[in-house]
Amino acid sequence: MNFLQQALDYIFTAENWSGKAGLGARIIEHLQYTGVAVAVSVLIAVPIGLVIGHTGRGSFLVVTAVNALRALPTLGILLLAVLLWGLGLLPPTVALTLLAVPPLLAGTYSGIANVDPKVTDAARAMGMSGRQVLTRVEVPNALPLILGGLRTATLQVVATATVAAYASLGGLGRYLIDGIKIRQFYLALVGALMVTALALLLDGLLAMVVWASVPGTGRLRRRLPQPLLDDEVRLESGPRGRTPEYTRGEPSPTVEGW
Amino acid sequence: MHYLLTHLDSAWTLTLIHLRLSLVPVLLGLLIAVPLGALVWRHVALRRLTTLTASIIFTVPSLALFVVLPLIIPTRILDEANVIIALTLYTTALLVRAVPEALDAVPAHVRDAAAAVGYTRIGQLVKVELPLSVPVLTAGLRVVAVTNISMVAVGSVIGIGGLGTWFTEGYQSDKSDQIVAGIIAIFVLAVIIDVLILAMGRLITPWARKTKAAA
Repeated sequence: MNFLQQALDYIFTAENWSGKAGLGARIIEHLQYTGVAVAVSVLIAVPIGLVIGHTGRGSFLVVTAVNALRALPTLGILLLAVLLWGLGLLPPTVALTLLAVPPLLAGTYSGIANVDPKVTDAARAMGMSGRQVLTRVEVPNALPLILGGLRTATLQVVATATVAAYASLGGLGRYLIDGIKIRQFYLALVGALMVTALALLLDGLLAMVVWASVPGTGRLRRRLPQPLLDDEVRLESGPRGRTPEYTRGEPSPTVEGW
Repeated sequence: MHYLLTHLDSAWTLTLIHLRLSLVPVLLGLLIAVPLGALVWRHVALRRLTTLTASIIFTVPSLALFVVLPLIIPTRILDEANVIIALTLYTTALLVRAVPEALDAVPAHVRDAAAAVGYTRIGQLVKVELPLSVPVLTAGLRVVAVTNISMVAVGSVIGIGGLGTWFTEGYQSDKSDQIVAGIIAIFVLAVIIDVLILAMGRLITPWARKTKAAA
């Protein structure tokens, strides 16, 4: 009775991958729960983190919200949501979004707030507006931390999306939950192995994205973008008609009326 | 809310189980991670290896680990020990990365001063560098403790979950009141533990407050 052998046999048998309850379909469901939840949390957490990090107002709010959300048990929220709204994409999205917001919010906020004040002061001194400081100086400098938050969030969501199966939803958790329910532990192991593989794969990909985003290394873009100077170049190389032309006017009349 | 108030007895029993399942791993993890982190701190290769292993362990989903562990170690498949060992692994994995980083952050002049007044390398580590890294460790511990409390609840899916039992029971008998009671209980528990760790961290680093007041 070797569970591991049985589980691997199951995974490496082609017919277990097809059909509505096959491994392929389960992976897609799992990725769907993960993708939707992470996307929604990005839409919520990143703007809030940017604004609070940029203005420095309400940072206490971020710390409190992050700690409080972290203390919410995802399983409880998910099961409650299923009882309230029935099956569908909504319950896992709500539960997993609440899980993904804290790391994203923490990453975005601390990324922006920790940009060296000398750098932002210099940007302001060069005449950048608040918005320009944010999008051209703070965000690029904070990118590794923001994406680091995205990585943590994705990892937690992939791992936790497994519990969706307990609420009769899909995803790779089905193997895990069903395997335990019918006491076929090799099936539970199939689920465990697949989720682990998926988590490692996604984490590896995101780790590479974080690595590429480190500012000043030019990994993300071959040529280093030069804020402001870029605009001048664009102005120079653009069609002539669009540049505001300097029209020479008449000299202002002097006091004597010339 | 009504359910919580009418089931205070079972709430108390489940809370104790929940605390045992989530905090024993925090203690064990701390006991493993601090010496291990301090040990690999000065060795570049060992430190990289530890960081890599830790991040791989951290990537393995908890529910998966609860199920896989019995195959690796001789425990039964639905045993409390699986949850404790799995969460100990996570705690260690998270803290073992934080310890060397916290030690890195000790200012060089403090290190030099400690060496100048005659501390041995071990003495310096135990009496100067580790105490100074307490704030970073406290921050890590808070995250770990709160995460563990939430993760234990997930264990209820495989039959070991402390207060998480209310989620599975409430779901099966269609009682949303019971689920809400579980959410409130776990939330309150997590917040209390979070505040306690924060307070403890402040208590054992009285100099941190003094320097802040002086500045």
